[in-house]
Amino acid sequence: MIIESVVSLFGLGFVSASVLSVASKLLAVEEDPRLEVVVEALPGANCGGCGFAGCEAYAAAVINDPSTPPNKCCAGGPDVAKRIAELTGKAAGDADPMVAFRRCVKVEGKVAKKFDYFGIQSCAAAKLVQDGPDACKYSCLGFGDCVRACPFDAMWIEGDLVHISPEKCTSCGTCVRTCPNSILELIPRRSRVMVFCSSQDKGKAVKDVCEAGCISCGACIKKCPAQCITMVDERIHIDHKACLAYGPSCGEACVEKCPRDILRCLNPDMISAAPDTEPARYPDESHVADLQA
Amino acid sequence: MEIFLLFISAIFVNNILLAQYLGNCPYLGCSKEKGVAIGMGAAVLFVTVLATVITFLFQKYVMVPFHLQYLQTIFFILVIAALVQFVEMFLKKMVPPLYKSLGIFLPLITTNCAVLGVAILVQRLEFDLVTATLYSIAASLGFLLAIVLMAGIRERFAVTRIPRSMQGVPSGLIMAGIMSLAFLAFKGMIA
Ligand code: SF4
Ligand code: SF4
Repeated sequence: MIIESVVSLFGLGFVSASVLSVASKLLAVEEDPRLEVVVEALPGANCGGCGFAGCEAYAAAVINDPSTPPNKCCAGGPDVAKRIAELTGKAAGDADPMVAFRRCVKVEGKVAKKFDYFGIQSCAAAKLVQDGPDACKYSCLGFGDCVRACPFDAMWIEGDLVHISPEKCTSCGTCVRTCPNSILELIPRRSRVMVFCSSQDKGKAVKDVCEAGCISCGACIKKCPAQCITMVDERIHIDHKACLAYGPSCGEACVEKCPRDILRCLNPDMISAAPDTEPARYPDESHVADLQA
Repeated sequence: MEIFLLFISAIFVNNILLAQYLGNCPYLGCSKEKGVAIGMGAAVLFVTVLATVITFLFQKYVMVPFHLQYLQTIFFILVIAALVQFVEMFLKKMVPPLYKSLGIFLPLITTNCAVLGVAILVQRLEFDLVTATLYSIAASLGFLLAIVLMAGIRERFAVTRIPRSMQGVPSGLIMAGIMSLAFLAFKGMIA
């Protein structure tokens, strides 16, 4: 009995092993050896910031698709972009580093509560109930859906408002996609000014609920010599590229003109006077945090 | 009619997960999202049916003639493990889209006791080949149903406030218990 079982087990093992090894030869799939190397080079956060399902999907795309640039991985930053460019023989390109920004200052505007909300503690859920408990339906709801979504631990909630750590933010954009009120935006880290409100309401409606919010008066639009400010759906939009390209000679006219102080300089040391030719300085990153705090 | 009863009983009354407690690790591990749960369920369906047929033939034409039935468990484990490996290679080569969508679930199934459970159960119940195949389909449909229901519930959990000590597996286990109890209600359905 012992001999039988040992022999039969050994036999079965042997047969399956041989079948499998033959099969692995016959059914072998050639994999691009570069794939492994590129995947190695990526940070492996699988955050989806590159717009692909994960690091491996992006690696496959960047190798096989000539139109996929090597600098899509925001978690990896410029170093990884350079490495990928080397590996795939593509030009690295110098994308402007971005950072997530919260366009809301409801604490300064003393936004009142419409009602007390006791439901599921999530922005998406709260938004479903009469557009959320805040009197302003465009304000930060403060339940931190974005905080939970951020793969890099770069956000936190404090005093009902979300805060972002520019040091930790990799501009993957996960939070931007998560926020049901779309008050988060990716802006270039070097940006000079930003609007601290995202309301799409008309001036009167904003005045009724918030002491700080943007009243859509359009003063900044008229003042900007570079014409990089527009109003889309009653929401101020700044073309940061054009703004940076124009340089400091405008003296941040828009910021000065804003009667509600809702347009603010993001980088206080970078104010005007300097000649146009001086390249915009890479701001030390703490100022974004200071302003958002 | 008999086939119908077989299906109903395998899916609801003797649900492989909730009444026989087989395959609990994927049930808890892969039920956080509905998409993942469906993928796992489909992979189990696929492998279970194949494994049942092959082990059935193996039992009939190898083990019985040589009087090796006492080695059933270990033989079946070997056969299923080899089969899963083979299926993985085969799919990778022949049906890459399916391979991609099943992904990590295929190798995971090697150690899924529901697959082995069904293969052994059909021997114990002395089914013929056709009934065995149908039973394996029904049993894995039961698995699919249970895991998708569980995923639906756990997706709700994700947006619910749950005390920290209960988050994740603890609440999952309690849910599994409650679902088992709920499925117990089907017991009287088929006399
Ligand atoms: S703060 Fe937003 S953009 Fe920055 S890392 Fe977190 S999720 Fe990504
Ligand atoms: S930024 Fe958006 S997602 Fe984040 S807490 Fe505020 S409302 Fe919620």
